[in-house]
Amino acid sequence: MTTQTEPSDPPDAEILAVCARFGNDPHRMLDILLAIQKARRWISPAAMDAVASAVGVTRIAVEGVASFYAFLSQVPKGRVTIRLCDDIVDRFNGLDAVVAAFEAELGIKVGETSADGAFSLEFTPCIGLCDQAPAAMIDDLVATKLTRESATAIARALKAGRSPAEVLVPDHGRLTPLERARAQADNNIRLAGEVLLGPVPEDAGLRAALALAPAAIIEVVEDSGLRGCGGAGFVSERKWHSAANTPAERRYILCNADEGEPGTFKDRVILTERADLVFEGMTIAARAVGAREGILYLRGEYAYLLDHLHAVLAARRARGVLGRAILGAVDWDFDIRIQLGAGAYICGEEGAMISSCEGLPGEPKTRPPFPVTRGYLGFPTVVNNVETFAHAARILDRGGAWFHAMGTEKSHGTKLFSVSGDCARPGVYELPYGLPLRALLALAGAEDAAAVQVGGPSGTLVGRDSFDRCLSFEDLATGGAVIVFSSRRNILEIVDYYLSFFVHESCGYCTPCRVGNVFLKKAIEKFRKGLANDDDVAYLKDLSATIIETSRCGLGMTSPNPVLSSLKNFPLVYAALTKPSKDGIKATFDIQSAIDGARGIARRRSYIFDPDFSKEEDLST
Amino acid sequence: MTESFRFRIDGVEVSAAPGQTIMEAADAAGIYIPRLCDHEGLRHQGGCRVCTVKAAGRSVAACTQPAEPGLEVENDTPARNRVRRDLVEMLFHEGNHLCPICEKSGNCELQAMAYRLEMTASTRFPWLEPCREVDASHPDIALDTNRCISCGRCIRASQDVDGKGVFGYVGRGIHRRVAVNGADLAHTDAARTDHAMQVCPVGCILLKGEGFSIPIGERRFDHGLIGHEIEGRRK
Repeated sequence: MTTQTEPSDPPDAEILAVCARFGNDPHRMLDILLAIQKARRWISPAAMDAVASAVGVTRIAVEGVASFYAFLSQVPKGRVTIRLCDDIVDRFNGLDAVVAAFEAELGIKVGETSADGAFSLEFTPCIGLCDQAPAAMIDDLVATKLTRESATAIARALKAGRSPAEVLVPDHGRLTPLERARAQADNNIRLAGEVLLGPVPEDAGLRAALALAPAAIIEVVEDSGLRGCGGAGFVSERKWHSAANTPAERRYILCNADEGEPGTFKDRVILTERADLVFEGMTIAARAVGAREGILYLRGEYAYLLDHLHAVLAARRARGVLGRAILGAVDWDFDIRIQLGAGAYICGEEGAMISSCEGLPGEPKTRPPFPVTRGYLGFPTVVNNVETFAHAARILDRGGAWFHAMGTEKSHGTKLFSVSGDCARPGVYELPYGLPLRALLALAGAEDAAAVQVGGPSGTLVGRDSFDRCLSFEDLATGGAVIVFSSRRNILEIVDYYLSFFVHESCGYCTPCRVGNVFLKKAIEKFRKGLANDDDVAYLKDLSATIIETSRCGLGMTSPNPVLSSLKNFPLVYAALTKPSKDGIKATFDIQSAIDGARGIARRRSYIFDPDFSKEEDLST
Repeated sequence: MTESFRFRIDGVEVSAAPGQTIMEAADAAGIYIPRLCDHEGLRHQGGCRVCTVKAAGRSVAACTQPAEPGLEVENDTPARNRVRRDLVEMLFHEGNHLCPICEKSGNCELQAMAYRLEMTASTRFPWLEPCREVDASHPDIALDTNRCISCGRCIRASQDVDGKGVFGYVGRGIHRRVAVNGADLAHTDAARTDHAMQVCPVGCILLKGEGFSIPIGERRFDHGLIGHEIEGRRK
């Protein structure tokens, strides 16, 4: 066992206390490591040893978790960590100037920690604030609509010793948790629909559920035609039904608030403005399937909402709508804990989310068994999206038929769309399913839209000829993300960025996703450099097909979508960058760099291949 | 439900017991489904994906997918083997697999799989050429993760068979790799006789002092293609 001496480390008593606070339970590993990260600003080898012995696992198991999540670090971080969102929307909205301002003011480059240990500056993928990009996380808080000037001002204030809360939330001490959340990020609700963002009565769904037997609750959800709002669109009633009908000692309700798909931020708004409705939906699901415990898995990027959500939970317990004997019903006990994530898109996959809740690296689980039969800790678990639970609460209040009547034949009710990118009115739009994309673009003021990424990078990139397609599961399916790109944008830059996102976020469990996505990205880089030939288009398609066919979970099954949908809808972009080889030698083959190593070893220049043969050059270096 | 049932692999009728995976049933019937991360006696991982088959039209990993009555499985077809070859090529390109200088050559399952899947033409993928430190700290065992294919056999064998936990995965995505439970292998309870040291399919875990004790030409896959033992069971 390694126990490096670390003079800066306080005694292990603090770490043991953290472990004890979480019952020395290895299933709470992520909470333990997040607490240590916060206190020590890194997970040192000594800390890993201490945690391993306290919770009774191997040191390598702790390291497996510590090294998986982007927000846990194995090197010391600064007292303040600034994470700049480097999503493509942020890049197109002036990220460079913001980066330059922070770098200049803090005296460090992105990826570095200042020598005095004051600051770390990093990039992080989409933090769910595309409607107010460029945005950044500063420790657990968020800063939005950054400019060179505001970034400079923030950096200066932080350098002067003011806390992130003082800098980002004026009067933070006098505000409620909800007010603090609202002060950091705008909701940008552009269109409130009938189901979620319009006026919502308190506890109405819960009271309706109280009057129903569990099976009858599931019937109401079945009648509504509700489908999962996270993107996959699985019929919600089937999940509830399967979990309810699997014999088990315990069952769990898990709310997926790991809204990681780039360009999606509607759950952020629901959690801010309709948190009660989400918890109400979870509580109704608990009654329907017979669960006493629930978890809301909140992505680490939304840590700024944590106090607010805890306050809502506490208020619900105080009101008797959460905890023991809900609404006075002796057979209805249910409580919710919040599991904070730590920077891993893959945890939005339900199996990976369960792994993460169990204190493991966020790796998807082998299916079957499915979570509804064997989920969290091996018990039947219903995993639904934030929006899905909120819908369920409303459906119980207004009835299945009410919801069913909205939308299309296979997509019922309303959907929250997160619109961002090149449009005048980015934000959240609640609309019934079935509207043409063109209508949403008109609402958002996206007159110059040339390409729209519907459903985020794992969705479809469409061009103008597809703007009359309908936003529904039958046609253009989406978990909500609608990212608008004007004619000024470079399609391949977008594709390249999304591939780098998937490379960064692949868990690495299976070969095709771990390795294939790296190759896919390299191939797109080749196009961008103008080094591709006709064979490379076929190569992109073949490689994509293998990744899709053999990947273990949805990440790899959709990660080639930016390539495939851009090839399909923007073939000219590729054609324009493809040129046939003149001499039969692949353009990517550079004879100079290929022989460079040998040239150095031999200390001799190639008479044939060296264009500078006649020039003097010191080859010993 | 304990009654056995039947399903078909490439049109051949196969019998399976409830709970058996497609691969388990295939193995028993003498039908070989190529695999790298799977190993007899260890938990199924479903990570390498080389065992991908089409079952009822869906692509699934045969090592983890339960067999079902009446299932139609497509296994040994040009389309399936082409995809498998892609995966094997990916593994070759992800690490540094230099067969001519590797002790494992001839006993290596990655190399043998490449031969079986006819990986004979030059490949289209780029080389990632990792540069990972070799761990030769242990008196009996050398660990060269440049040759690792992340199959995780050593991890499962150490945990489940040896009851130790010498190995584990660290990192994420392309940076995910096998690491040891300590500063290096010498600082773990690894032993030469551990089952974990016997199951590596490639030349990543090597036992010291055994270099080329079996001559080339008399090695495991010099006698037949990988999978021929299983295919020999076929009646």
